[in-house]
Amino acid sequence: MATTQQKPKLAVWKFASCDGCQLSLLDCEDELLAVAGAVDIAFFPEATRATMPGPYDVSLVEGSITTEEDIERIQMIRQSSTFLVTIGACATAGGIQALRNFKDVKEFVDIVYARPEYISTLEKSTAIGDHVFVDFELRGCPVNKYQLVEVLSAYINGRKPITPSYSVCMECKRRGTVCVMVAHGTPCLGPITHAGCGAICPAYNRGCYGCFGPMETPNTSSLATWWQQLGVQDVDIVRAFRSFNAYSEAFRKEARAHEHQE
Amino acid sequence: MTETTLTQDATVILERAHFQQLLDALLQSGYRVIGPTIEDRAIVYESLSSVEDLPIGWKDQQEGGTFRLEKRKDQALFGYTLGPQTWKKHLYPPNVTLWQAKRENGSFKITPPEEDRQPLAFIGVRACELSAIAIQDKIFLESEFKDPIYQQNREGLFIVAVNCVEAGGTCFCASMETGPKASTGFDLALTEVIDGEKHYFVVNIGSARGLDVIKAITVRTPEAGEVEAAEARIAEASQNMGRTLETEGLRDLLFRNIENPRWEAVADRCLTCGNCTLVCPTCFCATIEDVTDLTGQHAERTRRWDSCFTMDFSYIHGGSVRYSSRARYRQWMMHKLASWVDQFGTFGCVGCGRCITWCPVAIDITEEANIIRQGDVAKTKEA
Repeated sequence: MATTQQKPKLAVWKFASCDGCQLSLLDCEDELLAVAGAVDIAFFPEATRATMPGPYDVSLVEGSITTEEDIERIQMIRQSSTFLVTIGACATAGGIQALRNFKDVKEFVDIVYARPEYISTLEKSTAIGDHVFVDFELRGCPVNKYQLVEVLSAYINGRKPITPSYSVCMECKRRGTVCVMVAHGTPCLGPITHAGCGAICPAYNRGCYGCFGPMETPNTSSLATWWQQLGVQDVDIVRAFRSFNAYSEAFRKEARAHEHQE
Repeated sequence: MTETTLTQDATVILERAHFQQLLDALLQSGYRVIGPTIEDRAIVYESLSSVEDLPIGWKDQQEGGTFRLEKRKDQALFGYTLGPQTWKKHLYPPNVTLWQAKRENGSFKITPPEEDRQPLAFIGVRACELSAIAIQDKIFLESEFKDPIYQQNREGLFIVAVNCVEAGGTCFCASMETGPKASTGFDLALTEVIDGEKHYFVVNIGSARGLDVIKAITVRTPEAGEVEAAEARIAEASQNMGRTLETEGLRDLLFRNIENPRWEAVADRCLTCGNCTLVCPTCFCATIEDVTDLTGQHAERTRRWDSCFTMDFSYIHGGSVRYSSRARYRQWMMHKLASWVDQFGTFGCVGCGRCITWCPVAIDITEEANIIRQGDVAKTKEA
């Protein structure tokens, strides 16, 4: 039992990201004390300045790899972590910043920065899993805080976390939400998107934005064909697939299929 | 009409003006009354207290992958056909906590969930839906292992059926011989008739409980032609089904076409999203989720609607048995129209058309079955 065993040491790491997924942990409120009671928060700069040296039992990794230093740091984190969990779209798919992967990043740097020579960055923004072995990937932009607690609970209690990889439609139908695509003609990525958010957007009459990335067997081309029948232009299909999970394989390929040479 | 003259086989007329009395009688008898109402531009089945909660003056236009509500020219209470939801939402809820457990003195203590014992009354159950409830009764109540949650919701259920006088764009109950007229399984069955200034319901009484309710409200004897007008409308609906499905030899047809190339074509379109199964009034699969909390002191078991379109559904050691979407669509459709017959003695499809309307890419079970029939391997072998 937790009281007699040594508590697992938890570290939270940040790479290129907006901090939103780390904030989901702090946003747990009701569960936060339970989290603090169940683990030793050994390294979490966003929450506390106190740090403990590694190794760590569980590392939560937020953000994508965008610099040479990142590549070295993630290797170091992997070496000092028993169980490494990536949290969020940046860490699992490269994030919104992976939009650079479709363009020449040097052009951006030249346009955006007054002194481009100060900027040292990689050509592409990539997922943590492209560089080191990842024990568990938690999807979402941001992650769902209940799923985050579920992953920690499962780890602590030695069981498999329940984070189903089927479509958002499963969550939509279970909560009794009327399908926005069928009943309103609103384009929705729900049928090809990984569940986990609880189908929030359709419950507010919006189509799914695909924050959780591709579901287990995403038939993106069939959905895109239907979107075209709903009157969606190719340029907007590209935009829909190129958001937070733009560099995930399924979304990347579908966007490419609708991209026309300028 | 005096109470003493009323018997269970009587047919009576309920005026539209007195419809609220029916709701009030059920509410006063302690039922939670559930029926059609408009939410987010569709018909859903939710709690009702007033006739004004009904979708008065609305109809639905349904096609594959498309549902739209439109204003009717009249003020019909039941002028729509079907929405996305089914009554299983209330009889077999999508998310149920089965039990919670707490560690105590080196062991653990199990707490059952709190039970809501209020009996349910459904208003507006269509004939196809009555058939679907009968099918789920067979699964949950008439097999060796009864489902206590379904049983509790089903026991004491009062059903007010409403016969269809218009067929929807994806309806095919006439093919499945489940409608459009309710023949059994109801306490009361209404047929709505609007004829000029007249707006009334022809009421058939299906049970002693139904008779008791009718005795408590204002009804009258039918005038000449009123019952016939209702029957004529039902007959017309029967002729105007948006879809047809040839059921002759269907089970054998599908079994011998298990390798028909059509399965590949449908797999190209199928999103494996699971919508067809979740809107199906007979689909009954569920999954069990066990979770613990952070302290390891509490555990909880939840039952949720599942779908044969998920990878987890057929996951066994080593992987999912039905990995391809071809295998998953075929499994679902062949269960509905072929293996269900062997398992339960009827088709698992009642012809409500929801899987057609609510498929995000308009895959049509009747079209798929008809195409397989055209490309029947038995025929191609002969040729």
